[in-house]
Amino acid sequence: MALVLNEEQVMLKDAAAGFLAEKATVAHQRELRDSGSERGFDDAVWGEMAAMGWAGIAIPEAFGGLGYGYTGLGLVLEQVGRNLSASPLQSTVLVAASVIAELGSQAQKESLLAAIAAGDKLVSLALQEGRHHAPLHTATSASAEGDDYILHGNKVLVADAVAADSFIVVARTAGEPGEAEGLSAFLVDAGSAGLSVDRRSMVDARSAGAVALDGVRVPAANLLGTPGAAWTGLERALDIANVGLAAELLGLSCEAFERTVAYLQERKQFGRVIGSFQGLQHRAADLFAELELCRSIVLQALHAIDEGSDRLPLLASAAKAKLCQVAQRATSEGIQMHGGIGMTDEHEIGFFIKRARVAQHTFGDYNYHLDRFAQLSGF
Amino acid sequence: MSDLEQFRQETRAWLEENCPPSMREPVKSFEDIYNGGRRPEISHPDQVLWCERMAARGWTVPHWPREYGGGGLDKQQVKVLNQEMARIGARRALDSFGISMLGPALLEFGNEEQKKEHLPKICRGEIRWCQGYSEPNAGSDLASLATKAEDQGDHYLINGQKIWTSYADKADWIFCLVRTDNSGSKHEGISFVLFDMDQPGVTVKPIRLISGSSPFCETFFDNAVADKKNLVGEEGKGWTIAKYLLTHEREMISSFGAAPKKSLGQHAGEIVGTDASGRLANGVLRQDLAQYQLDTLAFGATMARVGDEVKSGKGLGAASSIFKYYGTELNKRRNELNLAVFGEQALGWEGEAYDDGTLSRDWLRSKGNSIEGGTSEVQLNIVAKRVLGLPDA
Repeated sequence: MALVLNEEQVMLKDAAAGFLAEKATVAHQRELRDSGSERGFDDAVWGEMAAMGWAGIAIPEAFGGLGYGYTGLGLVLEQVGRNLSASPLQSTVLVAASVIAELGSQAQKESLLAAIAAGDKLVSLALQEGRHHAPLHTATSASAEGDDYILHGNKVLVADAVAADSFIVVARTAGEPGEAEGLSAFLVDAGSAGLSVDRRSMVDARSAGAVALDGVRVPAANLLGTPGAAWTGLERALDIANVGLAAELLGLSCEAFERTVAYLQERKQFGRVIGSFQGLQHRAADLFAELELCRSIVLQALHAIDEGSDRLPLLASAAKAKLCQVAQRATSEGIQMHGGIGMTDEHEIGFFIKRARVAQHTFGDYNYHLDRFAQLSGF
Repeated sequence: MSDLEQFRQETRAWLEENCPPSMREPVKSFEDIYNGGRRPEISHPDQVLWCERMAARGWTVPHWPREYGGGGLDKQQVKVLNQEMARIGARRALDSFGISMLGPALLEFGNEEQKKEHLPKICRGEIRWCQGYSEPNAGSDLASLATKAEDQGDHYLINGQKIWTSYADKADWIFCLVRTDNSGSKHEGISFVLFDMDQPGVTVKPIRLISGSSPFCETFFDNAVADKKNLVGEEGKGWTIAKYLLTHEREMISSFGAAPKKSLGQHAGEIVGTDASGRLANGVLRQDLAQYQLDTLAFGATMARVGDEVKSGKGLGAASSIFKYYGTELNKRRNELNLAVFGEQALGWEGEAYDDGTLSRDWLRSKGNSIEGGTSEVQLNIVAKRVLGLPDA
């Protein structure tokens, strides 16, 4: 597949850019934050996104989606990154729908993906248990009891935990923490007895939560895939999630960079525009080169998902590691080059560094993915 | 059978019959690359024969028009020719600055007489060219060049000095930037002229680098003569041609950073060792290597993306400045990592005990990549001004 956008993709990108610039800007994000929104996003805006089909953008047409593939979803996420638009697009559409598509039975896919695509159902992946992303170290247990499973464990940093209708809980039906064997995935209704959500707002003002599972009874029919064999599908879904986050970070970084360059062109000190100083010019130009590399690696990774390439694990970690590195620089330089005004809450540049760090850490940060990239490269 | 398929079959048959077996051997050294010229350097006599046979069909430069000695092939046919040559391992018959640099400039800016005079000789490998750009006081600031060309009616009298003239000691003619006018801004008054190096007013002195011998020379002009019919473009408007060629050159140099066959990280595993999980034993080195390989992958993806964009009709523009900058910096990183991985042994200079070949010389030579063809700092200036729209100091 050529590394350029086709006509359909350009239209999708332009439509997303237009909608978000009107309905879900940084200013809207500030309002959400200041109003103390429990859910962390605007339901009405999410409704409009769903009405445009975004909830099913990567879901195949057979399951009620638009079938634009992950390259299509990536283009929308890039625009989401530019506008810092909060919505369940990441938690439900990028992550949960991908896990269901990888692990679910035909019947599960038919009902769940269609409900997600229609915007009727919010689902979030409850995976993490500690400070860092370490999926193999899952300790949450699921023990069979008759036709049910009983779940015990504590999940943290679950995105959109308050808003979710259901969770995909990763739990161990066998094996020890650290092992891939024995991991299973369950669809658990948010209203289940024994399940409690403790809301926690993150630095990016989005809602996350701790999900406690205290003897939650889940019917075996809610198991996604074969018991104990979730890892392969889960790993691929996590690769997809990380590529999607890399696409969001690409948009975010480009926007922060462009805003910073615009500031360099207007801010005057010592009687001249500060963008005329070579010390700043070279840092900006070098960052521009890095962003060009970022765009290429993200596009290649998105294509790898849609083509079913066996290079996806390598490219996903490459894209995430690269974007973590460059997003960190673009947003930190954004503050530094804006000077004092960049430190104020009044200015919008600070919103970019906050969202960037959360997206960087979600499902593995730079260290995690550079290490994985090296391992997959054979050293 | 389609026309293209017929072309493929004819090409295959012709190559089978005409490509000497010795020219199907892989290129092992610089001497195996044939550059032509009046005093050709050859490692095998078949190089001359192979060039003659290919030139007779116009296939030394297959995409140039037939009237100028090229093959007149379209893109599809050139691709087929390359595929068929690759199939039997045929070497390129001729490689030269005439083909890669002067030719494209003449096709773009030269007049009909100049094209008819010079292009066929390039195609036949009769004349070897060198490029006279940099001067001792005009490196990064190339436009401040001072080599003077005095109008003598039907010719120019040239006085001054060029430096970093690649292969000037082996070239027959030079395409040269000279100053024909001093009165305007430094970008005006520069002219692009061609002249024969075999004349009393031209002296060439090779330059030895920190990496040892090199293709670079100092070139001195003392009343050298350039016929006015060999002024390319208008007098005083040579800067436009110079910029066109610099963009071309930067794309060539940026490809020095292309990824090698076996990854450096894998070499490192064998030399430095790994732990039980297969990770490189030295974590500090491992991170450096991983970041290098990550950037190499992303740089390759960028080359591919821009290639696809060009194919779909978008221009290259200032992106070539990023390539030159990033590619050469990557290559320098690779060479430093080579020393880290292969160890002190890699610093060997001469003697049988060293099996690491030319690592130390390559490492030193790579330092020049971010200087030649416009320094990294100049590339960053170009990006800052032309792409980001930041103002001059």
